Parts: sequence; C-alpha cells; structure tokens
Amino acid sequence: MSDLRRPEQVAEPDTEFAGHTEVAEELVEPPQADPAGTTSLWSDAWRELRSSPLFLASLALVVLFGLMAAAPQLFTSADPRSCVLSNSLQRPSAEHWFGFDLQGCDYYARTVYGARISMSIGVTVIAFAAFVAIVLGSIAGYFGGVLDAVIARITDIWFAIPTILGGIVILSLLGNRGFFQVSLVLVILGWPTMLRLYRSSVLSVKEMDYVEAARALGASDFRILTKHILPNAITPVIIYGAISIGVIISAEAALSFLGVGLQLPAISWGLMISGAQTRILQAPHLLLFPGLFLSLAVFGFILMGDALRDALDPKGR
Amino acid sequence: MGRYMIRRLLQFIPVFLGATFLIFALVFLIPGDPIRALSGDKPMPPSVHAALEERYNLNKPFWQQYTLYVTGVVQGDFGEDFRGRQVVDIMRERIPVTFKLAMYAFAFEIVIGLTAGVMAGLRKGGFVDNLVRVSTLVVISIPIFVLGFMAQLLIGVRLGWLPVSGLGAGTSSFIMPAIVLGSLSLAYIARLTRTSLAENMRADYVRTATAKGLKRSRVVGVHAMRNSMIPVITFLGVDLGALMGGAIITEGIFNLPGLGNAVFTAVTRQEGTVVVGIVTFLVLLFLLSNLIVDVLYAVLDPRIRYE
Repeated sequence: MSDLRRPEQVAEPDTEFAGHTEVAEELVEPPQADPAGTTSLWSDAWRELRSSPLFLASLALVVLFGLMAAAPQLFTSADPRSCVLSNSLQRPSAEHWFGFDLQGCDYYARTVYGARISMSIGVTVIAFAAFVAIVLGSIAGYFGGVLDAVIARITDIWFAIPTILGGIVILSLLGNRGFFQVSLVLVILGWPTMLRLYRSSVLSVKEMDYVEAARALGASDFRILTKHILPNAITPVIIYGAISIGVIISAEAALSFLGVGLQLPAISWGLMISGAQTRILQAPHLLLFPGLFLSLAVFGFILMGDALRDALDPKGR
Repeated sequence: MGRYMIRRLLQFIPVFLGATFLIFALVFLIPGDPIRALSGDKPMPPSVHAALEERYNLNKPFWQQYTLYVTGVVQGDFGEDFRGRQVVDIMRERIPVTFKLAMYAFAFEIVIGLTAGVMAGLRKGGFVDNLVRVSTLVVISIPIFVLGFMAQLLIGVRLGWLPVSGLGAGTSSFIMPAIVLGSLSLAYIARLTRTSLAENMRADYVRTATAKGLKRSRVVGVHAMRNSMIPVITFLGVDLGALMGGAIITEGIFNLPGLGNAVFTAVTRQEGTVVVGIVTFLVLLFLLSNLIVDVLYAVLDPRIRYE
C-alpha cells in the first residue's frame, strides 16, 4: 500500500461522498444498450430530490442568485455606479434598504450587481477545473503506469501549497487583475481534488463488464472513456463540483478582500467588505449586506451538493 | 514498519523539492526589479544596484539561485530580507503567535466538533442530527472574514467580552481569533464524525458487541469510535498544517503579529526571500503532519498493513 489514505479524504475534508464507488457499482447497466439504465439512478435521485426541502431551498437560492447575476435590473432600478457624495455612509432607510456606501452609491444596487462576478467566477472556475480533472483523471486512471505515477506526484506537490497562500503569492505578482486572472489562478489551484476523485472513480468503473464488452467489440480507448466510463464515473465530480462552486465564490471574495483579487471599479462582494472594514463601527451595514449575500450564495451551492450526495449515494438510504 | 517509514520519507523528498521549486519559481521568475523598487522614486547608483544584486544572488541564473537557496534551507539558512534581517529570525519571532493561535483553534474544534458529531451520529435523523447538519452548513458558508468582523463587532465592541484586536490582553486576545479560525474545521469535524459514526453503528461488530451485553458507553466509546476516528484523524492531520497556513486572514483581521501577517506584508513589499522562506516552512509543516497521520493510521486500524 503506497498510499494509505483514500485520495479524496486527503484532499477534501468533507468525505461523506467517499462512498462513490458504490454509486458507480449501481450503474452497471450498459448505457448504450439501455438508455433508461443511465437515467435510472438520476431519475431515482430526482424523485427523491423533488421532495427534499433542503434541495428545494438550495435550488431556490441558486436560481435566485443566478437570476441576480444574469439580470440585476430585475431586482433594482438604481444604477450602482451613479453615486451622490452627499449621501455618503447613510444608514438603511425605507427608500434605500441597504443605505449608501462611502461614495454615496445605492448599496442595495451594488450588492445586487455584485452577484454577477461571484457567480460567473464560481461557475467558470469549476467548469475549467472539472475539464482538466476529467482529462487528466481519465489518463491517469485508465492507462495507469508511468503517466499515472507522474500525475500523482504532481498532484501531491500541488496539494502541499495552501490555496489562499498560493493565490496571494501568484496574484500579487500580476499587476492587472480582472476576471480572467483571478479565475485562472483559482483553476490552477483548484483542479487536484477533482482529479483524484475522478481518477479513483475511473479506476472502479473501468473494471466493469460493459467496459470489457465494449473493448471486445473493438471500441477505441477514446470511445470507451467518453461513452462508457465518463457517464458512469462523473457522479462524485458533480457532487463535489456543486460544493466547490460555493468554495470558489468564497475564495474569490477572500482574495479580493485581501486586495490581491479583483480591483476597483469592479463590483464584487469581497471588495465591498474590504472597503467596509475600516468603517465597521461607523457603518456596520456596509459589512452586513454583502456579507449576507455572499454567505447565502455559498450556502446555496454547499447545500445543493449535500442534498445531491444524499440522493445519489445509495449508502445513505 | 521501518521500511514503510523509509519509503514514506523518500516520497516526501520529491514532493518537498517540487513544492519549494514551484513557490520559488513563482516568486523569482516573474519579471520585476525588487532592488530597483527599494530606492523608490530616486535613481539608484549602478554600483549599489550591482552590489545588492550580487549580495542577494539576483544576478545569477535562475537554476543557480534555486540550488543555492535549497542548499541554504537544508542547512537551516533561509536567507535574509532587504534590510539584512535573517528570515529565520523573523520566523522565530512570529511562529509562537501563529502556533498558539493554531493550537487554541485546534483544541476548540476538536472538543466542540467531536461532541456535536457524536451526538448527531448516534441518533441519525433526529433533532440534534438535523440541527448539527444545517448549522454546520451555515458555518461552512460564512466566509472567515465575514465571521471575523461579525465576532469583532458583536463580542468585542458591542458586548465588550473579549479584546477586539492585538495581543495586548495576553491569552484572552487569542480566544476570539481561535474560535473564528477553528469554526470552519469544527464544522467539517462534526460532519465527518457524524457520518462515520452513524455508518459504523450499523456495522456487524457493533451489533455483536451490543449482543454480548456490553454497556452502551463501551460499545460506542471503544468499539465504534475507534473505527470512526480514522477519517477524522486524517482530517486533523491535514488541518493542523492548514490552520498555521490559513491564519493569514484571521491574523489580519485581529491584528496578530504571526506568520500569516508576515507573509502578507512581505508579499506587498515584494520581499521574495521572506515569502519563499515562510511558505516553505508552512509547506514543510503541512507535509510533516501528513506523514504523522499516515503512521497513526496503523495504530488505529490494524487492518491497514504497511506493505
């Protein structure tokens, strides 16, 4: 035993989905012969999810913030960039629920518009990290051998570097930090956990009879990996991905808060909280509202991942 | 056992070298002239510039810089900052603060996290279980800097129970930062213990233990807990390193002069040697705690063999 830990336990403290091998085992029906076969777990899960109050609550939150990111005009008619200095630091009132910030901008409008950058960074980073993880995880898990060992050592090295610390070091060196730079750094630091998850999932799925059958029929490695293994091995990555969107949103806010993430005039919750910290006594509302929205958005995704895991992990039933 | 230890130690070396190389490359390969930046707006005489470059090895090719650095680190020399201070001295001054903070946070999260996890895991689906499940998710969702400021505002300023920031009040200055720092891991510990214990309570050996008439406290405390602790211990090992490295934000909010604070200042001042030195130290600590966990495993779970 060269590695005593289950890889996902090392990577991600929340290891309740360590039972994903069992998920894979449930999916033994060959997907191409019986299209209902692949959907059965999901339709089962969907039936359970539909009646789960936790899942419905998380769905409501995710949809709410998604809508806020896509169309902030639906929530506020005020312009977050038109500010009147005489309103500076006014407390919340009936007309302006969240009050005003230092520059006298309507704080409700700014908080609503802040959803866009958080949501898009969260989704983009996880999409790219999952892509890298699936490509490398397929190679490592399916082909094994030297490639697997090399990839394993590289992930080991990556794991030794704490995310926020690494983020600070890299981002502080970049002069111009916008959406692209921050997302890139978070992708760079975020892929190893997913890779380990997907790799161990591929390892268990590739032993299945239907993979053997496909190979006997002369299917190419690429076809086996994309048509047979991918749909059956991706469940843990989806669960972890949902949770990670929340984690990435939180990390982006933390980096922006520290002054190494997004830069003004971007409207971001992390930047708003960073601006609020010196006036915490004078104007606590500047901290409270973006903090609340940020926490709710993160909560939505983490709750969703949790509910998904309950529905998709047969062990929990 | 001995062979296993040796193999683990050998695996540790490439990871350590790789991680330090990555950090070193990040900090020193990026274009920019930290020496030029030292003199601010004023021009620096070329001879001074050259002398400083020579002193900090900045005129040498990158590979040589890295080799010189690692040779130094192995001998306990982490280099010096631009004011001629040894990085080791800076670390010696900062480590006690971070260590104390991390230890308090660690103790807090273990005591509360395990208690909550055991209470929830023993009655899965009950009221306490649902309470723990949702409240831990809430804690995980609140970013640490929001939590820190909230605590400062409510407990420190409004209620006045604990000092707001700084080290002025001795041990009590550490309580609030430690709670804030430990809260996230606390939630993870509670959740891990809960799932793991609930699963083990359904295992055959627990039924056997109950059937042969053992007291419930013994069944839970000895039989079920021993197995349930394995994932928790893994997490604790990873977490100990993470707490020391993750204290940047907490130390910033509560103005504690620890390692995280030093890294952050060094990053903004472009003091590469200090950044690399402290990050290297933290990475080393993280890897060592992982190594210890690996060994602890076998003590807890005799099913794991070292071959």
